[in-house]
Amino acid sequence: MLWSTMLLAFREIRRNVMRSVLTILGIVIGVAAVIIMVTIGGGATVQVKQQIVDMGSNLLMVTPGKRLGPGQSTDSIPFKEADARAIARDVSSVIAVAPVSSQSIKAIFGNQNWSTQVTGTDNQYLQVTNRSIRSGRKFTDNELRSGAAVCIVGGTVINKLFGGQDAIGEKIRLQKLSCEVIGILRGKGQNTMGTDQDDIVIVPLSTYLRRIAGNQDVGVIQISIQDGIATEKVQKDIVRLLRERRHLSLSDDDNFNVMDMKEIAQMLTGTTQMLTALLSAVAAVSLLVGGIGIMNIMLVSVTERTREIGIRLAIGALENEVLMQFLVEAVVLSSFGGLIGIIMALTSSVWLARVLRVPFVFNTSIVFIAFLFSAAVGVIFGYFPALKAARLDPIEALRHE
Amino acid sequence: MNIMAFSQTDKSSLIELQAVMKIYGSGQAAMQALRGIDLRIDEGEFVAVMGPSGSGKSTCMNILGCLDTLTSGSYRFKGIEVNKLIRNQRTKLRRFYLGFVFQGFNLLSRTSALENVELPLIYRGVPAQKRRLQALRALETVGLKGWESHAPNELSGGQQQRVAIARAIVTRPAVLFADEPTGNLDTVRSHEIMNLLIRLNCDQGVTIVMVTHEQEMAAYTQRIIHFLDGRVVSDEPNRRQT
Repeated sequence: MLWSTMLLAFREIRRNVMRSVLTILGIVIGVAAVIIMVTIGGGATVQVKQQIVDMGSNLLMVTPGKRLGPGQSTDSIPFKEADARAIARDVSSVIAVAPVSSQSIKAIFGNQNWSTQVTGTDNQYLQVTNRSIRSGRKFTDNELRSGAAVCIVGGTVINKLFGGQDAIGEKIRLQKLSCEVIGILRGKGQNTMGTDQDDIVIVPLSTYLRRIAGNQDVGVIQISIQDGIATEKVQKDIVRLLRERRHLSLSDDDNFNVMDMKEIAQMLTGTTQMLTALLSAVAAVSLLVGGIGIMNIMLVSVTERTREIGIRLAIGALENEVLMQFLVEAVVLSSFGGLIGIIMALTSSVWLARVLRVPFVFNTSIVFIAFLFSAAVGVIFGYFPALKAARLDPIEALRHE
Repeated sequence: MNIMAFSQTDKSSLIELQAVMKIYGSGQAAMQALRGIDLRIDEGEFVAVMGPSGSGKSTCMNILGCLDTLTSGSYRFKGIEVNKLIRNQRTKLRRFYLGFVFQGFNLLSRTSALENVELPLIYRGVPAQKRRLQALRALETVGLKGWESHAPNELSGGQQQRVAIARAIVTRPAVLFADEPTGNLDTVRSHEIMNLLIRLNCDQGVTIVMVTHEQEMAAYTQRIIHFLDGRVVSDEPNRRQT
């Protein structure tokens, strides 16, 4: 009986192909929108998580100055290299500490020039930021101590200045400093905020301070700490040490800031997930609108087929049987719309993921849920018209023109 | 209540109406369509119901066909008090015992003759194979062999009414109700349809109750009942029948 009712529904839908297509369009768009949002949002979340891993686990960033409130902040007294060494020496559970100073400088090679981030630091920076050398080598201790004119260069700079050619041994000019390329970094891509992490030239800190910056100021200290150690405790230790080194009295506020990058990254993940949920909810509203479209057409269909319903009732169709006939028709319509929506969503998500450069994450459960939801929309919005059909008086219905 | 349990009881009285009243509306606007009908139709009869429009003959047919309910009185079909049945039970009564032929044919459009005839069998739960066989046989009975795959709009009025008759008899109903079956047909087709009904009545013993306003068609039957103002004014055997 159910099978024959379904066949009947298919035939009825085929009779009005154009109308059926327009009717299910709302469901198609609704289902497609929800799945695309969830898939792309899921991809973005995976990407953010991947970037957290790439960033290096348990990264703390110490910056001078602290915002106390709107428009208020402490003096921004820069760190010295000795502060970094003190942290490495005195704070337990610290794996690597990198003092970092950087500024944007135009790098020149031959007739090519490219404005890039020149960073003065040491080899620990590579460990802290989870970077590695693709070719060439790291700095030697001697180079670091003496402030040699050597640099390690990111992929983007290599592309811009050398057209991707091997640059080891070449000399690039940074302001008045001409320095030899001794290493090339492995590509890292964009970070969570969308900045290119390969657009970088690393020089020894002493070289940077003496020959580029002309002072002894360290802008940021980046610290990587052991896995499984409570970040809060290390943070507290660093704060205590730095307060001591900066001679702050008990009443003074910290004039520096220790940030846990993991927290920031997790916040970003949370934001991505919330945005995904919000957009999906908006998309789900269109499913509701699609349902109303189905109800509308089913009501029209019941009115149009009043005579047919009258015949069926007179011949011996029970109320339930007429109800089922129209309900099945609505459900077949809506789930068919759901199916088309799923196919459309998956094909366009694959494409969109490529365009937006996020991984394509196939989410089986959302596809399943979307399909069930579209079928449910058919049941909910098809019920009222079906009930209307089933409750018709056969005599009246037969008289209907 | 199982409808099937009430098969073959009293052979003689298939339909029995006693003091049946039907009032539409209420209060000031109340309209008395039937003012006390007593009627008895036996198995195998071929009855014509006549009367001007508004005489109550259609209302009476709807009640007999279990499509409508009566206001007061009693309607016994095969001994069952129809007025005590709920809507679904009346529907089952129609499904298993009654056949309908309408003035306007009332076939499903864009549906082949065969499928139209199969329709009542679907609701009876007859399996597809058997359904098809029975429908083909019914179409053959009404002389439409070879027209099975044609949709109603590809058939003439007379042929459409034959399909409707095939649909009504395919279930071998206890009673066939025909409401002005020749009303939309020309004289030649009308006589063809009447001959078909006669044949069904004689050969297959189908009880037929037919509403008509044409004396010529009523003349085919064995018994003519005249309605006027909600009452039966005459009910006598048709002597002119050949």
